[in-house]
Amino acid sequence: MTQATAESASQENYPDERGHFGPYGGRFVAETLMLPLDELNQAYRKYMKDPEFLAELDEDLAQFVGRPSPLYLAARWSEQVGGARIYLKREDLNHTGAHKINNTVGQALLAKRMGKTRIIAETGAGQHGVASATVAARLGMECVVYMGAEDIKRQAINVYRMRMLGAEVVSVKSGSKTLKDALNEALRDWVTNVDNTFYIIGTVAGPHPYPVMVRDFQTVIGRETRQQIMQAEGRLPDALVACVGGGSNAIGLFHPFIDDPSVAFYGVEGGGDGVETGRHAAPLCAGSSGVLHGNRTYLMEDSDGQISETHSISAGLDYPGVGPEHAWLKDTGRASYVAITDTEALDAFHGLTRTEGIIPALESSHALAYAGKLAATLGKDKIIVVNLSGRGDKDIHTIADLDGIKI
Amino acid sequence: MSRIKQRFADLKSANRKALIPYITAGDPQPGTTVPLMHAMVAAGADLIELGVPFSDPMADGPVIQAACERALEHHVTLHNVLDMVREFRQTDTDTPVILMGYLNPIEVWGYSDFSQAAAAAGIDGVLTVDLPPEEAGEFTAAMRDAAIDTIFLLSPTSDGNRMDKVSQLASGFIYYVSFKGVTGANRLDVTAVADKLADLRKHTDLPVGVGFGIRDAETAGQVAAVADAVVVGSVLVKQIADLVDQPDSIPATLAATVAELRSGVDSPA
Repeated sequence: MTQATAESASQENYPDERGHFGPYGGRFVAETLMLPLDELNQAYRKYMKDPEFLAELDEDLAQFVGRPSPLYLAARWSEQVGGARIYLKREDLNHTGAHKINNTVGQALLAKRMGKTRIIAETGAGQHGVASATVAARLGMECVVYMGAEDIKRQAINVYRMRMLGAEVVSVKSGSKTLKDALNEALRDWVTNVDNTFYIIGTVAGPHPYPVMVRDFQTVIGRETRQQIMQAEGRLPDALVACVGGGSNAIGLFHPFIDDPSVAFYGVEGGGDGVETGRHAAPLCAGSSGVLHGNRTYLMEDSDGQISETHSISAGLDYPGVGPEHAWLKDTGRASYVAITDTEALDAFHGLTRTEGIIPALESSHALAYAGKLAATLGKDKIIVVNLSGRGDKDIHTIADLDGIKI
Repeated sequence: MSRIKQRFADLKSANRKALIPYITAGDPQPGTTVPLMHAMVAAGADLIELGVPFSDPMADGPVIQAACERALEHHVTLHNVLDMVREFRQTDTDTPVILMGYLNPIEVWGYSDFSQAAAAAGIDGVLTVDLPPEEAGEFTAAMRDAAIDTIFLLSPTSDGNRMDKVSQLASGFIYYVSFKGVTGANRLDVTAVADKLADLRKHTDLPVGVGFGIRDAETAGQVAAVADAVVVGSVLVKQIADLVDQPDSIPATLAATVAELRSGVDSPA
C-alpha cells in the first residue's frame, strides 16, 4: 500500500496478470472455484479480441440497450447550485433503467459462448438483478437472483420485475440480509453448480477476472462521454463525479480518462447518517484493507476482521466493500473519494427532479449531491460530468415513506 | 517434527486412519469449547479442527453459518480462539489442533504477529478456505517461520497442475473437498473421491484428509478406506444447534457421535 504513490503514473498496466491492482484485487476464493475462474478468464480474454463477439456486443448495446446514452447539460440545475456547468451522462435512459445492463449484456454473451445454461446473480437495489433477469429472458436461460431479505422489502418493484421476467428471486436471510449476504449466497450456489452455471457479478469487485471484465463492459460510458463532451465543448471536462457502491458505474466513466491528469475523479460513497456516526457505507472514506468476496480491498470491518454492517438509504450503495481498482485509485491519489449523507442525497434527488424533470436513482443522487457542492466552488467556465447511473422509479416507495405517504 | 506430522506417522505405523472432528469455536457459547475438545479426544478424535467464527462464511452451508452467528453473538474473536487452545493445551499436549476459517481475521491481525501468537498458544496448523496457493506466498512463509503447518484444499475441479501447486506449499496434510458445494450438503460420491485420490497420490507424499458430506460411521468407513484422515463437521455442529438450550449436555452427546464415527473409521469398508 505504501509503495502505491511511487508507482502511480499510468494505470494502463493494471491489473497484473493475476488481477492485482497494487496490493488489491487478486483471487481469494475456495479451491473449487479456481479452475472455473481460469476458464472464465481465458474465455473473456479470447472473446474481447474476437471481432464477431465485439460486433454482436455493439449491436446489442445499440439495439437492445439503446446506446449511446445522451450527455445532457443540466442548465437549470447547474444555475440553481451555482458555479460550474454540470452535464449528466444519462445511463438512466438505458433499457431497464440503469448502467447495469451494459455489463449483463456482455457477460450473457460470454455465458452463451461458454455453453452455460443457467445464470445466477446477486443484487442490492435490484437493478443488477433486473438487468440479469432481462438478458436471461432474452437468451432463454434459467436465472436465479439472490437478494437480501432487507433489500427485498425496500425494493418491492424490482423484485416483481425480476419475477415477471421469469427469474427466481431467492430471499437471503443470513447475516445482515443485504447485498453482501446475497453475494455470499450466490458464491455458494456457484460452487455447487459450477458446471452449468455462469455467475454474472454486477460490479467491479469479486475474484479476478470480474473487476477487470466488468470494467471493460462498463467503459462504454466513459468512451461515449469523451466523444460527446468533445463535440459539445471541444475539450475534456474538469471533473467526473459518480457514486460508488461496488464502483462499476464510476470505473466505467473514469477509466477512459485515466491518463488525462487534467480530469479530476470524484467517487461518492454512501455516507448514511454521516461518516462520523459510524452508520454509513463508505469503506474508502472510513474503512481499512482486508479480504472479502474474492478480493483484497478497502472494507468496513472491526478490529477482529469481522465485516461490519453498513447503512445507506440507497440499497445499491449498502455494501461494506468496494472494487479493488478504486482502492488502488485512492492510494495512488488519482481519484478522490468522498461521502454524501442520506439527507444530502435526498435534497439532490428533489432538486434535480424539480429543476430538470429527471427523477434520479437514490444511488445517483449521491453523485449529484457532491457535484452540486463541487460546482458551487468552481467558476462557470468549468465543466463537471455526473454519471446519472440510474433512474429513480424504483425508489418511489422509499421517498413516499419518508414523506409519510402510502402508495 | 510437528505435532501433526507426528500424529500421522504414529497412526500409519499403527495402521490406522485419523478422525478429525470440526467444531466452531465459541459455539454456542465460549465456555463450551474446551470441555468439548477434551470430550472429543477422549472419544477417539486424533486431531481437532477448530472453526474460527467469521461474519461471511462463503464456503459454508446453513449449519456452520448458524454456528458462526451463535459464536459471534458472544463476540468470539480470533484472540479468544487462541485463548481457548491455550487452555486446552494445559492438559492435552499431544492432540494437534488446526484452525479452520477465512483469511480476513488473520489478515487484519497481520500474518507474522498472528503466527507467533498462534504457535505460542499451541496451534499446529491453519487452513484458510479463501486463500488459494496463488495468493499464499507471504502467508505460508510467516506460518513456516512459526512452525505452523499450512493446510490447503483440493477439490474435484483441481487438475494436476493445481495439485502440484498445492503440494509445494502444503504441510501437515492436504484437505480434499469431496464434492463441488458447501459444507453440510449431502453429495458424497466415494467412488469419485477414490479415483481423484489415486491421482493426487502421484503428486504428493503428504497425508490426505477428506471432508464434506461424511455424516455417519458408514460413510466415515468408506472414506477411511481411501483417505488418511476423515473430517466430520456439519453433523456434529447440527447436534450443537439442537442442544443450544442445554449446553452442559453437548460434550457427552458429541462424544457419543465421535465414538461412533471412530468405529466407522477403524473398520474401513
